[in-house]
Amino acid sequence: MNAPAPAQPAQPQADLSQPVIDVHGLTKRFGGRTVVDAVDLVVGRGRICGFLGPNGSGKTTTLRMICGLLIPDAGEGQVLGFDLRRQRGAIKRRVGYMTQKFGLFSDLTIAENLEFFARVHGLDRRKERVAQALEQLGLASRADQLAGKLSGGWKQRLALAACVLHDPEILLLDEPTAGVDPQARREFWDQIHTLSANGMTVLVSTHYMDEAERCHEIAYIAYGRMLARGSIADVVDGSGLVALVGEGPGADRLASAIEQRPGVAMAAPFGTALHVCGPDLAALQAAVAPWADQIAFRVGRPSLEDVFIHLMRGAEDASVVVRA
Amino acid sequence: MSLTSGIAGAWQRIGAMIFKEVRQMLRDRGTIGMMLAMPLAQLMIFGFAINNDPHRLPMALEVNDRSNFARAIDAALRNTDYFRVVAVVSAPGEGERLLQRGAVQFVVTIPPDFARDLVKGRRPQLLVTADATDPAATGNALAAIGDAVASALAHDLIGPLAARAGGSSPVDVVLHRSYNPEGITSHNTVPGLLAIVLSMTMVMLTALSVTREVEQGTMENLLATPLRPFEVMVGKIVPYLIIGLVQVMVILLAAAFVFQVPFSGPLPLMLGATLLFMITSLALGFTLSTIAQSQLQAMQMSFFYLLPSILLSGFAFPFRGMPQWAQIGAEALPTTHFIRLVRGIMLKGWTIADAATDLGVLALMLAILGTVAVRRYQDTVA
Ligand SMILES: Nc1ncnc2c1ncn2[C@@H]1O[C@H](COP(=O)(O)OP(=O)(O)O)[C@@H](O)[C@H]1O
Ligand SMILES: [Mg+2]
Repeated sequence: MNAPAPAQPAQPQADLSQPVIDVHGLTKRFGGRTVVDAVDLVVGRGRICGFLGPNGSGKTTTLRMICGLLIPDAGEGQVLGFDLRRQRGAIKRRVGYMTQKFGLFSDLTIAENLEFFARVHGLDRRKERVAQALEQLGLASRADQLAGKLSGGWKQRLALAACVLHDPEILLLDEPTAGVDPQARREFWDQIHTLSANGMTVLVSTHYMDEAERCHEIAYIAYGRMLARGSIADVVDGSGLVALVGEGPGADRLASAIEQRPGVAMAAPFGTALHVCGPDLAALQAAVAPWADQIAFRVGRPSLEDVFIHLMRGAEDASVVVRA
Repeated sequence: MSLTSGIAGAWQRIGAMIFKEVRQMLRDRGTIGMMLAMPLAQLMIFGFAINNDPHRLPMALEVNDRSNFARAIDAALRNTDYFRVVAVVSAPGEGERLLQRGAVQFVVTIPPDFARDLVKGRRPQLLVTADATDPAATGNALAAIGDAVASALAHDLIGPLAARAGGSSPVDVVLHRSYNPEGITSHNTVPGLLAIVLSMTMVMLTALSVTREVEQGTMENLLATPLRPFEVMVGKIVPYLIIGLVQVMVILLAAAFVFQVPFSGPLPLMLGATLLFMITSLALGFTLSTIAQSQLQAMQMSFFYLLPSILLSGFAFPFRGMPQWAQIGAEALPTTHFIRLVRGIMLKGWTIADAATDLGVLALMLAILGTVAVRRYQDTVA
């Protein structure tokens, strides 16, 4: 992994005795196509759960079902103890949802946008809360700017401010940092951790591996199916993969050649190094043997990305078989 | 280089552009449908429905004299292509009531002692009362009545009475233009304009404003809050209602002080009817917005509604002059009923009893559109 290793979050006690998101068998079909297929998800209070998966795998659809914007075709569940189907109103009042696409009013100013959401939620001390939110998010100096004129990073801050204004117990963030610069991303994640430390539960979808590593736990979905859940260590261990990391001249250029070899699930260059993963260490070592004289291979730990790509390929195969 | 330079290169690039445009156009089913339906609708409206020289206008005959002459006049009027005698009444004032209600465009009153006066050569009066709220509909009809009566009587005045038929007309056809004695066109168009302006703004603005939220992705945010669909709907409608009320004020003031249109009915009834029409139009706009996929489509749908509203509602052309099928179709337009209400209240001095039917129809339309809008507009995103 090339991204600067982010500080591992302090792991609060996994409080699964008191899950705030607890859904089972969630299924959604659009025109006969099953987009989310029997997804289970349990998130404890105050936890940050990273929701990962390739594009079109059903992350947005799942988040929408959890916050009451879509009614599942099958499956049951409770969010904050409220029924997913029958108590969507109550869920909406207690959940903050940040949409994938910027969804605030671009022809209103920052302050006006926040004020609107404060009104909609019927908050008291509206002015005070809006001012406080502006202050906290460092938006006070831009309060009178039109939301539509903001740059990506500022839009994202504003959207976050708008959806935490009513002190929700759960925060659902749909690819909140897509297209945002690293500095802004870092600050954003610091905020998420502050909110979580104060008891807010966060379910955040992302494509960034470094962000996944800042989560307490992750859930990986592909082609509508939940493929892995748990802490990063759980997911990596659960994959049954082992890895060899090769370094030496031209190591990064060998990926496609090594991937053809038996016993290799995948090989991918990471900078100048090469990650080779497979289910069995001996088989891996045999596979890389032809290059062992030029390149030094040592046993490593598969990265999260290795695991995800492996899982996705497996799922892809499975879906092909199912269709055949 | 040679491929992209010179005239050949320009043609290739233009070709690429045309190809792309056609593909995009074909993909947009709504627009294609609209482009085909629009000319068809216009052909129907301008080619068949609209008639600048109206025919078969509804007429009532008030016969206060039971003579052969009256029967002959009845027959002659029925024979002209201009009129359709829909009622023959005998109680004095009954014809007037039909005119007031808008059931007929003309009333021909045959006075008592018509036959006696005619025979004695006293040139009895034949009173033609026209609903002049729409002067265009009255135009040629009058001459047609004179001709029909003269020929009917020429036929009947035979033998010793033949002398009466010759020379000047044996009867004196007197025209009374009700509700708009001077036949001033603006007395008809200005109230009608109120209906058209309101239709345009109310329907189009709502249809666009909701579709815009969906298109820009703000709707998803709104629905994720505790806002209920009904609340979003009312919240969107109220500001447009205020805009509409300002428009009403402007037009009514202009009608009164610039165009000197008489206002003979009760003002509260007028305002009530206007409010009902505005809300109905807003509900229609909202319903359109739940069907339209984009702002462009919402715009097209609004135009598609406005076209018949302007042309078939009786605003631009006499309603009674249109063929039966067009009249029946136009009854389905809220604008038709509102135009009737506005002209009735302003020019004919309608009271709530006169207005009840059209108010009832508007209320029914509102109920239907409101239900459809609320049903279609869910608190979920798909
Ligand atoms: N409203 C909808 N109607 C039809 N198909 C949809 C709808 N919303 C999402 N989809 C389809 O469902 C699949 C999953 O979408 P989504 O949940 O947005 O995935 P992700 O957020 O993981 O990229 C996609 O193939 C998408 O095209
Ligand atoms: Mg998505």
